[in-house]
Amino acid sequence: MENTELMELITKVIPYGTVSQGSQYPEVIVPAGKLHDAAEQLRNLEGQPFDYLINMTAADFTDKFTVYYHMESTQAHNLVVLKADIADRDNAVVETVSDIWVTAEFFEREVFDLFGIRFKNHPDLRRLFLEDDYGFPLRKDFKDEVNIIELPN
Amino acid sequence: MSKDVIKNIIVKDDEDYIINMGPQHPSTHGVLRLEVCLNGEIVKYVIPHIGYIHRGIEKMCEADTYKQIIHLTDRMDYLSAHMNNEAVCLAVENALQVEVPERVQYIRAILDELNRLASHQLWWSAFGMDLGALTTFFYGLRDREKILAIFEESFGSRLLHSFNTPGGLMHDVHPNFQKHILEFVKYFRKKLPDYKNLLTDNVIFHNRTKGVGVMSPETAIAFGVTGPSGRGSGFACDVRKVAPYGVYDQLDFKQVLYSEGDSFARYQVRMDEMEESLNLLEQLVAKMPSEGDFTAKMKPIIKLPEGEYYERVETARGELGVFIVSKGEKYPYRMRFRSPNFSNLFVLNTLSKGLKIADLVAISGSLDLVLPDIDR
Repeated sequence: MENTELMELITKVIPYGTVSQGSQYPEVIVPAGKLHDAAEQLRNLEGQPFDYLINMTAADFTDKFTVYYHMESTQAHNLVVLKADIADRDNAVVETVSDIWVTAEFFEREVFDLFGIRFKNHPDLRRLFLEDDYGFPLRKDFKDEVNIIELPN
Repeated sequence: MSKDVIKNIIVKDDEDYIINMGPQHPSTHGVLRLEVCLNGEIVKYVIPHIGYIHRGIEKMCEADTYKQIIHLTDRMDYLSAHMNNEAVCLAVENALQVEVPERVQYIRAILDELNRLASHQLWWSAFGMDLGALTTFFYGLRDREKILAIFEESFGSRLLHSFNTPGGLMHDVHPNFQKHILEFVKYFRKKLPDYKNLLTDNVIFHNRTKGVGVMSPETAIAFGVTGPSGRGSGFACDVRKVAPYGVYDQLDFKQVLYSEGDSFARYQVRMDEMEESLNLLEQLVAKMPSEGDFTAKMKPIIKLPEGEYYERVETARGELGVFIVSKGEKYPYRMRFRSPNFSNLFVLNTLSKGLKIADLVAISGSLDLVLPDIDR
């Protein structure tokens, strides 16, 4: 299936999202509140369900967080990126997709560990690598004067 | 840990006890702690605890240039060091739309396959030893030494060679490179029947692995289990076929698939992949241009245009993804590695529930985990 056809199909099932062709793969940008619904629509997409969640991660843009979901359809081998912005950095919450893809449970734990983004309805939201009282190191405002030496520019 | 596991803990009966396997345990192949709940010797649940060698590679990448990052990626999956390097190089090259010389692409593919072979040999050695067959370790390491000698001759290092650089290779390969590879292929073809006689046809080995830890294709896809472990369940996830990179679309090889999904199927996939790799090596050496540049022209300071880039390669253990968010600077704004072992580890609980503790060792051995790749 061509990418334009795929993008039309996605626009039909996710009317609230912005579907565009990124530099490599089609991208779907949805509001954070609609993330779970959009993920469910993509997982059950007609003809080519996106059943394989390859990668889930986040990035800190100092004024917002962005969560990324790279998913592939194991039948058609198309790759789609689902993105959502979380504007509230101090109280970042987004709904879990671990009920849709099991593997998301562990990706989300990693994102919680390193970014401090909480996932609503997650079955077991504990820190994965670090101790409970450690900060969230992948946030851009993270300071660790003992272990991280800042180089002068 | 899913909801039913949590319920298990609450309704734990008095007979149950919890033991910790690791963090220092020979069969976990690294610093992994498995919290195992047992009833007699029946496994009730397994909770992996990781993070013992978390070095913050993703954070370190944010302060490193792309050429420096190459040296960090070696330290993730140290047995697939070359593929890890290549993933970052491909991401940078595709973002800058650099045309890499053909000779470089062939050398990279040769090193991919050599590294895959070396990794599978070490896995075979260690897997046999996990199950009590000590001889496999000597056989495997004896043959792996030949590959490491080829690496040492060309790159000066045996394990972490950091031979790739964005745009090409650090320097040209040794003049004897092709000759020694063909010698090795001939040598290893003769040795593979020994592997079969020693372990593949062994009845004790069959009893330990057949029907143990059966993973359905649905489970493999849901947990994102890729590489030989996923293909043992019939999940066609070989990135070399699904999304070819380098010269893999010009080569004749097949994706090894087994449908049984047990530990023995995962074993068979790797054994067949070794033969496929030998075939690939012969093709690659025959097709490789004997002369040409070893690198494309690159600027001394590499800056990626603003945007997001995702690149996938097939390592010896599955799909490695490199995700870069660039803001047009010489450092990546955010660098993320989707490591194959991370997803492969967490299926352990599902596979080993209700089996004996000795089977847990067989299953974790058949998944072929490398811990530094999980912790990063």
